Amino acid sequence: MIPEVGAFSLILALCLSMMLATLPIIGAYQNNFLWMSMARPLSAGVFVFLAISIAILAYAFVTDDFSVQFVAQHSNTLLPDRYKLTAVWGGHEGSFLLWTFMLAGWMLAVAIFSKSMPLEFVARVLGVLGFLITGYILFMLATSNPFDRIVPLPPIDGADLNSALQDFGFIIHPPTLYMGYVGFSVVFAFAMAALLSGKMDAAWARWCRPWANIAWAILTLGIALGSWWAYYELGWGGWWAWDPVENPPLITWLFGTALIHSLAATEKRGVFKAWTVLLAILAFAGSLLGTFITRSGLLTSVHAFASDPDRGFFILAILGITVGGALLLFAFRAPLMKSEFGFDLVSREILLLSNNVILVVAAASVFLGTLFPMVYQAITDDLISIGPPYFNAIFIPLMALLALLLSIGPYTRWKRTSTTYLMQQLGKVALAALTLGVLLPLLVTRQISLPATMAVAIGSWIMLAMLQDLVNKTANKATRLKGLRALSFSYYGMQMAHMGMAVMLIGVALTSSFSSERSVLLSPGQDVGLSNYVFQFEGTASVNGPNYVGEQATFIVLQEGEEIAILHPERRIYLATNTPSTEMAIDAGFLRDLFITLGEQKEGDSWSMTIYVKPFVRWIWLGAIFMTFGGILAAADKRYRRLRRKQTELNRESGKSNSIGGELQASS
Amino acid sequence: MKPHRRKKLGIILFIAAGLSVAVGFTAFALKQNINMFYTPTQVAEGEVGAGQHFRIGGMVKTGTVLGATDSLKVNFVTTDFVSDVPIQYEGILPDLFREGQGIVAEGEMDAAGVFQASRVLAKHDENFMSPEVKAALDAAGASADNHMPGGTN
Repeated sequence: MIPEVGAFSLILALCLSMMLATLPIIGAYQNNFLWMSMARPLSAGVFVFLAISIAILAYAFVTDDFSVQFVAQHSNTLLPDRYKLTAVWGGHEGSFLLWTFMLAGWMLAVAIFSKSMPLEFVARVLGVLGFLITGYILFMLATSNPFDRIVPLPPIDGADLNSALQDFGFIIHPPTLYMGYVGFSVVFAFAMAALLSGKMDAAWARWCRPWANIAWAILTLGIALGSWWAYYELGWGGWWAWDPVENPPLITWLFGTALIHSLAATEKRGVFKAWTVLLAILAFAGSLLGTFITRSGLLTSVHAFASDPDRGFFILAILGITVGGALLLFAFRAPLMKSEFGFDLVSREILLLSNNVILVVAAASVFLGTLFPMVYQAITDDLISIGPPYFNAIFIPLMALLALLLSIGPYTRWKRTSTTYLMQQLGKVALAALTLGVLLPLLVTRQISLPATMAVAIGSWIMLAMLQDLVNKTANKATRLKGLRALSFSYYGMQMAHMGMAVMLIGVALTSSFSSERSVLLSPGQDVGLSNYVFQFEGTASVNGPNYVGEQATFIVLQEGEEIAILHPERRIYLATNTPSTEMAIDAGFLRDLFITLGEQKEGDSWSMTIYVKPFVRWIWLGAIFMTFGGILAAADKRYRRLRRKQTELNRESGKSNSIGGELQASS
Repeated sequence: MKPHRRKKLGIILFIAAGLSVAVGFTAFALKQNINMFYTPTQVAEGEVGAGQHFRIGGMVKTGTVLGATDSLKVNFVTTDFVSDVPIQYEGILPDLFREGQGIVAEGEMDAAGVFQASRVLAKHDENFMSPEVKAALDAAGASADNHMPGGTN
């Protein structure tokens, strides 16, 4: 009975979201206050019913209700409670419910924190979001209802959650990624609301910026969590595979990064208006593309859910209607968006434009590499795959170029900057960065590698330029500390995110250049050397978990004869599905990770295993954390709050006069 | 031409030039890095050129997995139930590599007619068969259901 309440609640959410998708938007056209003001309560209603739905699904998992098909397929009585709860997003149906619920959460946040925007605009934004949610719930009810029952004979026990997912990473990565992903739907809705209203001034860019920054920050974190999880769980020693399902978040991220920069130019200078709207549409399209690729089963990947062509068609239809409709509307409205072109060839506008061109080209080439096999197969019927070398060949030079320009950006002024000023400011920084680039890798690793030299040079170029900018900006204040306090949150946010880029760049280059690995067969008592570490295999013992049995090995790691770590990699067999699974053992460090994957037992007591030494790998995720904080800092800038307060008061006054008109209209 | 128009044109040309260089490089890189996919039957019929790097997909033939006792070398046979191709791999096989399961391997044929794999992929979802393996079985006119003991998976 209870699962039916969940399904019923989903249908109620559908009804409310259908009203939300129509009434407020029509109200905005006819200037009907009553209809427009229904947007907020309707959004709250959709959120509440989706929350009830997802809570009931979680309840079905926790109570082992295997008569619900989705629960039977993704859980088991032996599964630990924390995984039972999170198995909600362990498969297609539930994860789509989570996706929709997250969007409803964002929508509720917009409804609450939008007091400063005109009601007409809020009604349109929430209406567009309601339209998206309508599509998503229809999709769920038509092709993938998580509350479907197995009748008449439910299984006694469930098939268990995929063993690779029974891990801490699974608890946090999907929700974070989804939250970032659907955040761009909000930005999309803002852009659509602006297009619908036909008022293409810079106001929408100002309202949108904090939302775009937060969505971007969360998406950054979500992607980084996925990379970190894949690194320690999948056991192949890598952190990025150019997998067809990793690529769409990256494409979205690249468009999103371009967007937050172009929004700055649109808000401050009123330039690139049409372009910014287009980027908002593209970032949203990227997020839907990710859904499509994962859930249609068209591409081979570690993430693919069980394939079902109907689902693919349905998502393609949602993609076509929303993105196609948006582009059509864009085409009609684009002539209205007149941008000023009052800037010189050396100016902040041009640097932001270069940033946008590089990021969009990068996104387009990743898109091409991801979808090319599909298109190729449709045309020639031959199956092909595109390897990582393609992506590396394109992506790395583009990012290096981006990073080079990145530290010039903050020095430039709007409209015009003199080249001599830039040379004078950055000449010494460039020289110092180059010296550091040559010396640092040489001193630390005693090896010469061109990628490492370049990455450290570019990384120090960014950081030194940043430090000098801080010195410049605080020079005229009474004390340095006062100077630092006077700088805005958005300035710190920008610098922090840029520094994150530098840290990540160094991490990527050094890990790729200096990592070493070795696959060996060892018996207890034997050891093997790698880099300047010795790994001593002590032997194995059996371990039993709640839903698995396994063998745990013990390794002692020595550096120059001294013991520095004890590692316990495991090899598990999950009981419900009889699937083997390896659990890596990692000794994480700021400068290097030591990493052991256990293979299988061979003749006698000997085991096959792979041992990795990965210098600076943590810097990749550290960089992403900096970027995340940067994005959040920028969104927390006082400027937005001040503006909000001022606007809220204005709205309240105009709201009073409006509401009288609305009541008149409603009664007539 | 008015100055602001000239500036606009300059920017557009700048973007167009950048884009075309990027497209050129992209097309080149793409051409260099395409891995074709072949079925065991296609390999047996000699469709693969000498020294070509490619992907092969099929089921792991039951009873053919032979691991060396003193090294990490593994030999097995992949099949689409019409033709067989022997594969050699050195390293640790993925968790879900099992006899009777679908796999995709990447590498090249050696002189002895053995596929030297540099990478072996196995799906982590048992209900799911990779599109490549499914296509290989369909192409050979066989379906996994007819051949796997225990019926459908």
